[in-house]
Amino acid sequence: MVRCFLIHTVCPVSALSAGESRVLYSRVFGPDDGVLSERHRDLSPEERRLLQKERVTAVARQVRSAVSLSREASGRLIVETMPGEENLALQDADCGVVRLRAGDLFSEETSALWLGVQSLGFTLVCEPHENLLLAEGTLRNLTRHCLEHLHMLGQGSEVLLKSNRIDVLLSRLLPHGQLLFLNHRFAQSLEKEVAAYMAK
Amino acid sequence: MYSHASESLIKQAREIQESELQKFYSRLMKMLQGKELGHDTVDSLQRLHLILSATKYTRTLPLELQKRFVALLSSPAEQHQVLSAAVLRETLPLTGQELNYNQDNLGQLNSHAAGLLLSQAVSKGDLSSLCTQLLRNLESRPSEGPTHSLMHTLPVLNNVLTHSPECLSEDQMTLVSKKLVDWLRYASVMQGVGTSSGGFFTGPRSRQPVPIAELDGSVSGDFFTVLCVGQGFTEDQWMNVYSFSMLRHWLLTYHSSCSTVDADDRSEVDGSVVSMVSATSSSSRLLPPKERLREKAFQYCQRLIEQSDRKAHKKTDTELQKACLVEAVCILDCVCVEDASLVYRTFPCIKALFGRLSSELSNARVLLPIAQFYLNHGEMAAVDCENVWKVVFGRFPTELFNDPFLAHELLRFLRLNVESIELRVPQYTRYFPNLLKFLAWDSPAMVDDFVDLLPSMVTAGTAVELLHTLLDLPCLSATLVLQHRSTCLPISEPVGRSFVSLDAFRNPSFRGLFLFVLRTEAGSGDTIDRLSTLHELLVEAADWPRVTQCARTVPVLLHIFFNTIVTIADEKLLAHLILVMLERSSLLLNIPAYIKEIHRVFSCHLLRLCKLHPSLVVNQSHELLEFAGSTANVYSKEELYTHVVWVLGEYLSVSCDSRCSVSLITSCFEALEAVLFEITSSAPPTGTVCPAPKVINTLMSALAKLASRSHDLIPRVSLFLSKLRTVTRSGSVAWCSDEEDLIAIVTRGEELWSLLKAPGVAQSVLTPPPHVIAPQWHRDTNVALPLQLRALTSLTHSQ
Repeated sequence: MVRCFLIHTVCPVSALSAGESRVLYSRVFGPDDGVLSERHRDLSPEERRLLQKERVTAVARQVRSAVSLSREASGRLIVETMPGEENLALQDADCGVVRLRAGDLFSEETSALWLGVQSLGFTLVCEPHENLLLAEGTLRNLTRHCLEHLHMLGQGSEVLLKSNRIDVLLSRLLPHGQLLFLNHRFAQSLEKEVAAYMAK
Repeated sequence: MYSHASESLIKQAREIQESELQKFYSRLMKMLQGKELGHDTVDSLQRLHLILSATKYTRTLPLELQKRFVALLSSPAEQHQVLSAAVLRETLPLTGQELNYNQDNLGQLNSHAAGLLLSQAVSKGDLSSLCTQLLRNLESRPSEGPTHSLMHTLPVLNNVLTHSPECLSEDQMTLVSKKLVDWLRYASVMQGVGTSSGGFFTGPRSRQPVPIAELDGSVSGDFFTVLCVGQGFTEDQWMNVYSFSMLRHWLLTYHSSCSTVDADDRSEVDGSVVSMVSATSSSSRLLPPKERLREKAFQYCQRLIEQSDRKAHKKTDTELQKACLVEAVCILDCVCVEDASLVYRTFPCIKALFGRLSSELSNARVLLPIAQFYLNHGEMAAVDCENVWKVVFGRFPTELFNDPFLAHELLRFLRLNVESIELRVPQYTRYFPNLLKFLAWDSPAMVDDFVDLLPSMVTAGTAVELLHTLLDLPCLSATLVLQHRSTCLPISEPVGRSFVSLDAFRNPSFRGLFLFVLRTEAGSGDTIDRLSTLHELLVEAADWPRVTQCARTVPVLLHIFFNTIVTIADEKLLAHLILVMLERSSLLLNIPAYIKEIHRVFSCHLLRLCKLHPSLVVNQSHELLEFAGSTANVYSKEELYTHVVWVLGEYLSVSCDSRCSVSLITSCFEALEAVLFEITSSAPPTGTVCPAPKVINTLMSALAKLASRSHDLIPRVSLFLSKLRTVTRSGSVAWCSDEEDLIAIVTRGEELWSLLKAPGVAQSVLTPPPHVIAPQWHRDTNVALPLQLRALTSLTHSQ
């Protein structure tokens, strides 16, 4: 299962300190991690929500750090692409995976797969026995759809104001965190539904 | 991509005033009264979501508004469902009964409402109730109905299993197993009605049932799987996809943990009947649901493996075939672990797959699950796994060190199976030069894994070579960069990079150096003679980001190396390691701060090794003295020098090793004395700073200690110390820039001088016999009496 999906900044943000990341979209699948384990039984719902938000921010921060180290090491220059060039932006994107140790953020070990498209990062936090090949493909697909349907290569803020589109996208391609083995015809059928929703 | 507009939107959402927010709530309440929600309402709902989610502190909605949202969850329009679920997710659940998990109208939960319930579950009871409702739905729903209405059942169920596998009862597990078997094996083999099959010429002919097709276009001859295509899909074909997507997790959750229990319960006779049945798949209908699912999973995976050999028309489908292969092999591994008799049926297929895929590097990620299968079952099937390990340890790191996903998966495979690998793949420990390439290329991402794996790579036989390799990791990093640059044509070289190192890399006369660095296996030599040449060739690499990132991880790994080696090494090996430390202290790639850090690590572990085995000092006295007798080392390797002097002073004594002779003590004394004279008589050479007071104090202390063991030397020390006092009384000196430092040195000198006036006392203080420093507690007659009295007192007082 996928634990969560995030869209966050991987570039410096003026209002934040150097290593911080602004989370633009986050979706955690399933019940709160601490509630069912022994750890956080005594917390109130507000505290649990706070903890979850902070956990998500911590993941974003770790990925941001991984992205900047990876970009520094490869020495590649980030080229801004124009709206309409989503495929090119995706091709140029750097990718990697961060290991999150058990107990650090989630009660068990997880792998955070990330895709860095210019100033934004798209991250999938997966459980250890997940099929990472499938997860990688799903992440790329999700990213492509987000870039296209929310016009993310432009200067707009649709990712914040039209987050319900991402919710629908996830409900089809990653329902409740389940990675799906979709051949091109199944994928087409789901994408058609998504497109129909976006058109409204 | 990320603009100021977005940033200010978030700021606004966070800083909205309470009064404005209340006005917004009442406006929303009015908007939501109507049956239809217009564009304005949708926009406002989105804004509400942004306001709620932008801050980590929870805002509470007015009760009426929240109730309205709950009602909206069951609206037929998906947009309403999505928006209300999104808003409710960001607030606290109502403590009332509005979202009771036991309500019957949960029956027709849509996917978004189910997701909300899932995220708000606070107990295993909640999850159990949710599962019960979903499964009840699954059983009793009419056969007609919207196609996707129950698609979310399996994903929700799978999510619940992740957090709380005990939520399903035995009966529920049986039900799901049966359903999974139906969907996986008996889904329709005809294409569903295509949604886009419209066209001018649709007529009766197009309504004829058409069989499903394979990815290469040919007509499918067997049951439906995720690798089958059609114009449209029937509901059970969709469920086939969802079932397979969760199959592995289901098997891992319910089958592996229960298998041992079942094996105990079954009698001998039953056991043989069952294994005979599973050996022949024809009579699978007689099997209980769990075993039947296992059998069908087995068949499904075999079919997928066969289907993956076909040439798909689309690139995404080729990618899917690879993912399916990974999943299929993992599932086969899982079922074979559960039922060992399946291994004989499975191995031929896996072997053939390995043969088919091993030549292409693009299949690397598929070969890892195959390696896992070989590791788990190879011994049982008496199959030769040599080739597999050659590929995994020998080829992948050499050629795919820069693939972050492969690196992650391979290292994870090693981490999870390290005990099994140490047992069954003894050659693993020889491959560390190859495996370290992953680390050298992408240190920040890989260091965590190597912190866990390095102890398994430390063996007595390869320890020295491993130490050299760790110290030269930055060289490996630089070499990999050069190799990478050399093979990929540089599209644009950043301005300012010189080509010296790249030319050197391509130069035949230096080939041997780089080939050694890039070797795949240990055993051909601890290190090379021309190491300094290599360092010179790579001098410009010192500021390459990859190299500096790598250099930062080396100290950590060295600590782990030394911590591990003390547990397995004998004194001979430790002595060798000390020599390596001394030798390499001046033979390191010149990266700022790197050399200093390594010296610090060396100092720490030299101390530790000598403390554990004091006789090492006498053993290696020759080399240690050579190091300590060189004045240049005071200035260039201050920290390490200080520690070498300290161990000499502390452990060069008869009580540590009976072979320590008077002449040895004397020659050590003389060597240190000479250095001390030199550094306290003149200014430091140009380009270096004054030695820290610690060095001088340590030298003086060492001399005093040695003198306390051989009293003839005491006058010489005393002479020096009194001279020191005289010299410093006259004011500042060239070899110490700070007045306070000078005072500290002089104070220490005076202490030692007065101590040495009474040689017997000096000996007890500076070379205490072992029983003084090792606490003896009750065995010590002086300590025993108070302890006994205290014990008696506490016993008598407790009444």
